[in-house]
Amino acid sequence: MSDSLLAVRDLRKYFPGPRQGILGKHATLKAVDGVSFDLARGEVLSLVGESGSGKSTVGRTVLRLDKPTDGSIRFDGQELAGLDDRGLRPFRRRMQLVFQDPYSSLNPKMRVEDIVGAPLEIHEPSLSRDARRQKVEDMLGLVGLLPSHAERYPHQFSGGQRQRLGIARALITHPELVVADEPVSALDVSVQAQVVTLMLALRRQLGLTILFISHDLAVVGYLSDRVAVMYLGRLVELAPTRALFTSPRHPYTEALLSAMPVPDPDAPRRRITLAGDMPSPLDPPSGCAFRSRCRYAEAACAATRPELREVAPGHFKACLRDDLSLIAPSMGVAA
Amino acid sequence: MEDGTVLDVRNFSVNFGILPAVRDVSFTLRPGETLALVGESGSGKSVTSLGILKLTPPVPFCRIEGQALLRTRKGAVVDLVQASAEEMRGLRGREAAMIFQEPMTSLNPVHPVGAQVGEALRFHQGLSKRAALAQAAELLDLVGIPDARRRLGAFPHELSGGMRQRVMIALALACEPVLLIADEPTTALDVTIQAQILELLQRLQQKTRMAVLFITHNLGVVAEIADRVMVMYAGRVVEQAPVRRLFHAPLMPYTRGLLRSVPRPDFSGAEQPPLEAIPGSVPDPLAPPPGCSFSPRCGHFSPGLCDSVAPPLTHAEPGHLVRCARWADVAGAA
Repeated sequence: MSDSLLAVRDLRKYFPGPRQGILGKHATLKAVDGVSFDLARGEVLSLVGESGSGKSTVGRTVLRLDKPTDGSIRFDGQELAGLDDRGLRPFRRRMQLVFQDPYSSLNPKMRVEDIVGAPLEIHEPSLSRDARRQKVEDMLGLVGLLPSHAERYPHQFSGGQRQRLGIARALITHPELVVADEPVSALDVSVQAQVVTLMLALRRQLGLTILFISHDLAVVGYLSDRVAVMYLGRLVELAPTRALFTSPRHPYTEALLSAMPVPDPDAPRRRITLAGDMPSPLDPPSGCAFRSRCRYAEAACAATRPELREVAPGHFKACLRDDLSLIAPSMGVAA
Repeated sequence: MEDGTVLDVRNFSVNFGILPAVRDVSFTLRPGETLALVGESGSGKSVTSLGILKLTPPVPFCRIEGQALLRTRKGAVVDLVQASAEEMRGLRGREAAMIFQEPMTSLNPVHPVGAQVGEALRFHQGLSKRAALAQAAELLDLVGIPDARRRLGAFPHELSGGMRQRVMIALALACEPVLLIADEPTTALDVTIQAQILELLQRLQQKTRMAVLFITHNLGVVAEIADRVMVMYAGRVVEQAPVRRLFHAPLMPYTRGLLRSVPRPDFSGAEQPPLEAIPGSVPDPLAPPPGCSFSPRCGHFSPGLCDSVAPPLTHAEPGHLVRCARWADVAGAA
């Protein structure tokens, strides 16, 4: 893809797990185990999955906050996977992270001017104090806060306002890629809507490319162009948002969508309850990792690990079975 | 107290010092019924539930006013607000039980789960240790814990979040209480596990006919489980209605705003419809706005009316209560 800003190929990130026995070897926790995707310029790609699926690790590794165990991360045509801190420096300002928790990700002892301006200290050290202040004020205006807020401390803001500060801090270096890791999960619904709307507006205004990590399928369906579904460190489905929601191809996506609570008491509920929990990533099932909870699993699923393959234009899935007709969820209607 | 009600809460208020956390809340619950209590952080929904079971701090720090009448299994009516600490110990767990959001912090990390479930049975029903454990195994089986007998000896950290919440439910339901208060029981769980837990609660409720007060901020969950809904804002009930009515014909501008700010992906058109957020944020409880506490964020704000007197809770229809000076205009404008 020529216009892709980010091309991730066969990304792996393994962590040492607990020791097996007192003197035994460390088990390997394969948090991310062979993930590939492209992110086009200006696109919003969402990464969804349950806790422990590896979605946050993908986000952190793509930004090179973690070093990948294996695989390739090409950002604007240049390989990031092998670079050291010095080599990464020029890329840092072009890719930024928005954190989940607006309470713990802002230093309570720093004023907003210093929090939002912090990336400039590093990336534009020659900037004068006044010029930096001006940039901070402009950025506060962009995210819907007031210039005078630069004087304040984080505790003087509500949760939604704090998340705006986190966004302002991420955008002040004019990044091309923003990884947003559950940016609205900690917020109340009415405020969540403000932040989602803000992110969509900023994306249009600034042409941002966003990797949006979330477990909230309604928000994901609302704001993404494409969605990638993760399960135990691997992508199981990747498709344009509409296609994923209206004709899911992977049984896990089907179950995930059907479990989504629909805010309409009259919505037909055809819930596919998954039995049990996600297996431990230390000891994933052989073959297809989802087979232990899949209602369509066959003997072949235990033997072969399905690779992600294109089953319709732009629609990829990692499932052996092509004979399934899966159920799309009902979204309910607004009042 | 009306016949056929399990819980009758009247003019219930909770104050922390000078801070009024919950003001003048009234509602009833019938056997087998689920009332959802909805609101954003700081609305007073959790304090209401803690206050009913007197799990709030003791008197000098926290004052509770009003009544919370509970009809016990034997038919006696007790006012929980007036009940002594000792009486409350006999009632909690036996007649009224509670489950919380984070099961890890509600379970004791140093005792096996079997002993924790068994403790309730030994305390309230005077069972022997052996009999309590046997019944605990049955309960764990009932809440869908596989291989329950073997899991009796498991410690909370050995279980997943969903399994821990199942243990909490088993513990709460050990004595078949007439009232279950569930405070955000699925908020910390993944959607697939949330679906399992909601299904479990509904199944158990059908079986025992307990009344459930379900506290949540997730309107999707409300639509799935509630018979009636009560919406709280800044410590007050602002709307109460049967679930279908609340979703299809909400009257209070706050409820309408809340329903509109829930993202509902719509794939019928080329683009998603705009998401309508409620501007601003929840007022500071120590400096509430004059009049209606929602007025500074309300699109139907009328100067001189909304910022002068706090509107009373009005019967718009039988069973549908709304706290808004302009509800009739708001309903007409829709």
